Amino acid sequence: MSTQLISEQALARSRSARARLVGVLGPLTMLGGVAWGFLQPYRLTVLHPHGQGFWWLLVEPPLLVIGVGIAFALLIAPGLIEDLEDATPR
Amino acid sequence: MQPPAEHVHWLFATGFLLLALCLLARAIVGAEVWNARAWRAYLWPSLLFGLGILMWPVMVLFTNSTIHMVAHGAWAQTMMLAGAAELGLLRGKLHSRAWRFCLPLALAVSGAALLVHEQNGWYFARAAFLHHALGWTALIGAVFPLMAAIRPRARVWGAGLALTLVVISVFLYADRDVAPVFGHLSPLAGEPHR
Repeated sequence: MSTQLISEQALARSRSARARLVGVLGPLTMLGGVAWGFLQPYRLTVLHPHGQGFWWLLVEPPLLVIGVGIAFALLIAPGLIEDLEDATPR
Repeated sequence: MQPPAEHVHWLFATGFLLLALCLLARAIVGAEVWNARAWRAYLWPSLLFGLGILMWPVMVLFTNSTIHMVAHGAWAQTMMLAGAAELGLLRGKLHSRAWRFCLPLALAVSGAALLVHEQNGWYFARAAFLHHALGWTALIGAVFPLMAAIRPRARVWGAGLALTLVVISVFLYADRDVAPVFGHLSPLAGEPHR
């Protein structure tokens, strides 16, 4: 096996690991938001909405964190992983 | 119908968290792959610039002292400067590598402004504690973009900046208008409302 082939395989493995890492960033963020919601349920006013004002119902930190994770996982990560795989020598 | 100040902190925390995820992904895949799509290349500097713009209404509507207003104005200006400099470099309008120093400048100015405008001690209330913690985090975190400007090929500095922004985001999410910190709350701070 040529040294060039070995180095290309090592590069491909490294890129695959990076793709996995990018792939878990969004779900990990979502998981952080869900865990926070369980740890501090009083920060989720949607669970006790009676008598809450507009801003208290709109801005709920654990939901915002989950939202960021979803946005990253759906809008940014797929294209980034695709571009990373395209850059990998086959 | 203004949001309470703590809600504004949480909304900015969300912006910083998204910015951190973008920068972390960029550090993982490298600038070449990240910039492969034009919209993605412009995403994080635009987000930074946008956060700077949004800081102006915060300065106008939420500050209650001169020093508070000056601090928020400094954040607005330096965040916009850093975002605009990165956009200019990407677009090719700016050429000098010195423009990369706008980002560490923004973090250093933000850190200094946070520390200067917080008049109370660490354990006065949670907000005071977080202002001190945020100030030192931003000041120390400025080392990462500074090193990234000097050594742009080393991804570790980009990852360091991203993780600094994650910490800043967590601190901003932890902010409350009046709340104790580690059991401490000065009677001068007022009644905790929740």
